Amino acid sequence: MNVSKKTPYLFLAPYLLMFIIFIALPVIVAILLSFTDFDTINMPNIVWFRNYVLLITSDSIFMQYVLPNTITYALIVGPGGYALSFLLAWAIAQLTRIPRTILALVFYSPSLTMGTAMQVLWKIVFSGDRMGIINSYLIQWGFITEPIVFLSSANWLLPVMIIVGLWSAAGVGFLAMLAGIMNADEELYEAGAIDGVSNRFQELIYITIPTMKPQMLFGAVMAIVNTFNNGMIGVQLSGSNPTPGYAGQLIVNHIDDYGFIRFEMGYAAAVSVALLLLITVFSKVATALFTEKD
Amino acid sequence: MYKGHRIGPDRFDRGQIKIYIILLPIAIFMLLPLVFIFCHAFKPMEELFAFPPKFYVVNPTFKNFSNLMQSARTAGIPLSKYVFNSLFVTIIVVAANVIISTMAGFALSKMEFKLRDGIFNLNQAALMFVPAAVMIPRYLIINTLQITNTYWAHILPLLAAPVSLFLIKQFIDGVPNALLEAASIDGATPLRIYWKVIIPLVKPAIATGMILSFQQVWGYLDSSNLYVNTDGMKTLAFYMSTLANANNAVAGQGIAAAASLIMFIPNLILFIVVQKDVMNTMASSGIK
Repeated sequence: MNVSKKTPYLFLAPYLLMFIIFIALPVIVAILLSFTDFDTINMPNIVWFRNYVLLITSDSIFMQYVLPNTITYALIVGPGGYALSFLLAWAIAQLTRIPRTILALVFYSPSLTMGTAMQVLWKIVFSGDRMGIINSYLIQWGFITEPIVFLSSANWLLPVMIIVGLWSAAGVGFLAMLAGIMNADEELYEAGAIDGVSNRFQELIYITIPTMKPQMLFGAVMAIVNTFNNGMIGVQLSGSNPTPGYAGQLIVNHIDDYGFIRFEMGYAAAVSVALLLLITVFSKVATALFTEKD
Repeated sequence: MYKGHRIGPDRFDRGQIKIYIILLPIAIFMLLPLVFIFCHAFKPMEELFAFPPKFYVVNPTFKNFSNLMQSARTAGIPLSKYVFNSLFVTIIVVAANVIISTMAGFALSKMEFKLRDGIFNLNQAALMFVPAAVMIPRYLIINTLQITNTYWAHILPLLAAPVSLFLIKQFIDGVPNALLEAASIDGATPLRIYWKVIIPLVKPAIATGMILSFQQVWGYLDSSNLYVNTDGMKTLAFYMSTLANANNAVAGQGIAAAASLIMFIPNLILFIVVQKDVMNTMASSGIK
């Protein structure tokens, strides 16, 4: 469309303004702050890489708990939740319309509970006394004799977080992949059958996945974002930051701990930058896997 | 000979049985927590205290919901104030979000200009933006803008939504250029084309953008936790989350369950209403 030079920028202006202030600028400020010892009271001094050196060499909480927890959580809930969403989307695409719609809704609705006040659901379900529904059943069925204090036990918090993360993994990415599968070209499947594809599994590998790589990538990006966005989950479940024995401490909680509890904002910013780098690595891997090679 | 399975078949056939056998247990596992919390919200006191605890509710009651109203009143701020704050903020964010995203999507999709690819790629990179990672700089920026303790602190951080812009832009790509050229030759200004051609044609993408933005703002806790200190300015989501943290006693559980239902049901209903539009939009969601 032919328009004057200014027009596109006028249309973009409101979005760009908000984008710059609340997305781009925070990232830049995080990087700049990470080189200072800003503590909200004194004038910040430039300390160059000291925060990063401290993070790697002397933050034993970070190295012993936060980083391993985050990587365990992200590797299971990220790729695991992603694979689960994809397989669920693929499976329900083989069904007739009404059951497909109902099942899509059933699988998608848990993701609606994330990041909101809904976390209370899990506090009730995993309640640590005999009144908790899970403890009660486990005792009735004879698996345990004493109730497990799921949410404040160092052994159980991370597994519970992972279960909750997987339970709610089928979000926007799941819908995108379902749409991608549903829109695949019918003829490809017929042609595949002629060329020797002989079951649903082969169809999945040779036809479905190659034809919907763009949706697979979108789904992967959404899976990464969801995983890291739910970083508060351990604190929400256990009700305390730091989490009991640092068992559910993820990078996001470490930032919150240093930034808003100890007000060591320079250091917290360095942790933020580490998190941004980690997310970038995850997304680079996803992009490498799913980009069409010309 | 093997003929290939149809995706989205019209009829039931025996080959689908094994899929049901695998999917039904998963579906039940996914639903159990939601069904449980639903039942829990309607349990009368004696059932909440029953030992061993029951999964289902026997004599449903609205007592937990009325207790919820009551508890807000004793805390000094009527529940209606939180409801008003949340509705007000939600309506503004959803409306503003859709307007700025469709405008930007229109420019990125249909206009030629120098920075177009750069801006689009930047937005695509921002799809994986995780707000929690930059909560400190955001807090400092909001402080600097002097919008703490105002409604702006609830609204502004949520306005730029890279995912919505991305989905809307991809959907606008599907609008034929000829249509825009024709309107342009008839003398329509870009603003008129935006309003009269683009908006009516991309309604599914708008619905999707609306629901994504609703999900974000309805449960948004950061603003009430970090940027707004005045209790009367906080949102319903915040109040509901305090119920969850304060009441671990069994009696509080009924109220907390009722609270989480109130947060969940609007999300679910909206999604059911627009699910067809969402699926339509998602079809063009791929990243190339």
